[in-house]
Amino acid sequence: MLKRFLGGTAAALAASVILTPTGAAADGKYDGVVVNILTRPGPVIAGRIVDRGAEFTEMTGAEIRVAEVPFAELFQKILADWATGTRSIDVGVFASGWGVELVNGGLVENLDPYIAADDKIDLMDIAPYFRDFNQKVSGSTYFITLDGDFQMLYYRSDVLEAAGLEPPKTWEEYLDVASKIHGQDMNGDGEADYGSCIFKKRNAQSYFAIQSVAAGMVQSRGTSEGIYFDPETMAPKVNNDAWKKAFELYKATGQYGPPDELNQDIGDTRGLAIGGRCGLMIDWGDIGPLSIEEGSKIKDKVGAVIMPGSTEVLDVATGKLVACDADSCPHAVDGVNYAPFAAFGGWTAAVSKASDDTVKAAAYEFLSYMNQAAQSNVDVTMGWTGYNPYRNSQLNDTSAWVAAGFSEASAENYLGAIRDSLNHPNMASDFRIPGAQQYTGVVLDPELARYLAGEISVDQALENIEEGWEEITDDFGRDDQAAIYSLSLGITN
Amino acid sequence: MSRNSALNEWLDKNMGRIFLAPAVTLILIFSIFPLIASLILAFARVRFTGGGFKVRFAGWRNFDKQLFGSEQFHLLGTFTEISVPGWLFGLLATGGLVWWMVRYVRSRFTWFGFIGRLITFAMALGLSWMFAATLLSGNPFGTVGTTLFYVIVGCGIQFVIGTALAFACSQTIRGSTYFRVIFFVPMMITPIGVGYIFRMMADTTKGPFANVWQWVGLGEFAWAADPWAARVFIIVADSWQWIPFVFIMMLAAFESVPRDLGEAAEIDGASRWQSFWEITWPHVLPIAATVMLIRAIEAFKIVDLPNIMTSGGPGIATESVSLQAYYAWRALDLGQASAIAYILLFITVVICVSFFNLVVLARVRNQR
Repeated sequence: MLKRFLGGTAAALAASVILTPTGAAADGKYDGVVVNILTRPGPVIAGRIVDRGAEFTEMTGAEIRVAEVPFAELFQKILADWATGTRSIDVGVFASGWGVELVNGGLVENLDPYIAADDKIDLMDIAPYFRDFNQKVSGSTYFITLDGDFQMLYYRSDVLEAAGLEPPKTWEEYLDVASKIHGQDMNGDGEADYGSCIFKKRNAQSYFAIQSVAAGMVQSRGTSEGIYFDPETMAPKVNNDAWKKAFELYKATGQYGPPDELNQDIGDTRGLAIGGRCGLMIDWGDIGPLSIEEGSKIKDKVGAVIMPGSTEVLDVATGKLVACDADSCPHAVDGVNYAPFAAFGGWTAAVSKASDDTVKAAAYEFLSYMNQAAQSNVDVTMGWTGYNPYRNSQLNDTSAWVAAGFSEASAENYLGAIRDSLNHPNMASDFRIPGAQQYTGVVLDPELARYLAGEISVDQALENIEEGWEEITDDFGRDDQAAIYSLSLGITN
Repeated sequence: MSRNSALNEWLDKNMGRIFLAPAVTLILIFSIFPLIASLILAFARVRFTGGGFKVRFAGWRNFDKQLFGSEQFHLLGTFTEISVPGWLFGLLATGGLVWWMVRYVRSRFTWFGFIGRLITFAMALGLSWMFAATLLSGNPFGTVGTTLFYVIVGCGIQFVIGTALAFACSQTIRGSTYFRVIFFVPMMITPIGVGYIFRMMADTTKGPFANVWQWVGLGEFAWAADPWAARVFIIVADSWQWIPFVFIMMLAAFESVPRDLGEAAEIDGASRWQSFWEITWPHVLPIAATVMLIRAIEAFKIVDLPNIMTSGGPGIATESVSLQAYYAWRALDLGQASAIAYILLFITVVICVSFFNLVVLARVRNQR
């Protein structure tokens, strides 16, 4: 027995020696260095960081430790850790819009010197929006993009084709199409399926969806117009007919959705979409890669287009909606004003200013490694990673997508929808000012939830949001907020 | 006197304090300090920034926002016009409370008792009008109303079922030991686990019981989209978890009742109901009151189940005061979170102390 035990132990030791990355494989420049990363729970986003971290450890010796906290607590944990100097987190992976508050507090390392010395990151291959908007604050690069985010409209091409319908161009058309296909069996299981699937759960992602609906009605004169405030006074542009109509349309989509849509987050609606139960759906870029994964019932049956627009837009002076014309909607196509919303902006990474210099160097090198085309061009084609394309080489070349399992037509359609959004001159920016999470998560989200639940009227909800946003602006300082908001709108494609 | 004997004498004199010191220190660090720190935060605005955080005095602003300002709807409810039933209830409650105070003042007045009752009076009056203006006037509840619903209805159900099960298991019936273990299991599961279990079970479209829901004709019903259905389902989950607590405590109480008293009553010709009501119940009443008090204090702090099952939705229909404080804390609004926590502390203390003094102790005194 003892002999067998010793024999087994020896074999295990031998195996571990063979399997452990050796000093010869690693250059060892970061031996003993530990980089602590905090992000949302995996496998989405976090899972690929762990995988790439293991590769990086093998290459450099630096240990990449990934900790996960619930999405709703992520920013606060990072802010509290970095502000109080706890130094338990070296890298935070979160929405770039949230990071402005961190940069404003002097908590984030300026990455310009690192990028200047980096000949592998190929910055010019990163799409201009992500390179110049997502990664920068006041002209300096503080963030490394790991994921490119836009919300798009997905539709079941087979279902719409059979019904003789075209993908909707406006939200009214969206409701019309949804009503016509609602109740059909779309996955062959004998059960009636849903015309529309849009997450509406509180404390989840519904506040992104409502902004996607509102953007086309609120913003028509280009990205620099913004959808939230008057840049000079920081008076909220929310209590008006455009946002009111957006709230009403968003609620109306629920008529053609699952019965418990009010308690469904993005994970729930994605499950339904991949299971073939949704005719129309709003999502980030994830549905494309998820549609080709094993178990999907919508492989080569799903199309993507730019988010629906509006034939009426906000007249800021009166707060009323006016019909689109050449003056009010200079970027309209066939009388429809589109404003694709850069919801969330994408998962980006920031390095703590308080970390040791060696850790900061290792952290940047790891983030650069993840961002480089050799790695990211593979990662974005896998649905489970949660990463969506953000490099030109990912958006313009279908070969990696076809290799991953897309048909040529599906890949071209999917990437085309992202390019249409990304290159749109009227693209709507997400919040990029201090308190971004409070404006949305603390004020917009509960008021929207109360309206959807029928607790309050849309007018009450918009009044409350206006009041809440004013309080936050006053709290952070109106002049400071106005300056940062103006700056955040100054960068366009 | 030698140095040793002086030291021994000092030790003898102070040994009690020395033994208590570690416990007192720990209590100061982990209970008293956070209590004081959160009290300070309740009157402040906190901003995290480079080099730490900035705290500035905000006076009563945090409380004002919750009780009278932009967050009033969230904490107390939405107040518009009071309906006729609302007015009737409010006036009846006011009349009853005034009569109660007048009766006390006329019967046995002490300043200590009067101030205590005045606080109870103010709290009861406020809550009565809150219900009159929200629930009875067709306006949405705030988190205080939702929390009281969890406490009153939830604890009531748990007490009745738990006590009935305990009484049944205290009898000499076959398999009672087996049931004692089974009934106790839910309490050992973490509330987050309970939340996810019930959330899955209630999913009528893709949950494990989807077919059952379809079969009973509720396949298209979304319990989480209806405010009252969602609240009720949270109470169902909460009861499933906490009935065992009531059960185990009340079982011990029932088993502590001397059997010879029951036997004597039986010989004297008492029915089973008389035996229970006249002998068993008075015996277990102090324990039952304590159980309810502990359970009510816990129920006031309910946070896990609404957070997991509904995220406080639909709207804010299932959000408790603790969950509201947690959401504020999660947004790093430490001032608001502390203010909400202190409001909850005040409500909990007043209601629980009033319940114990005016209901339980009064009955115990009457029995003596």
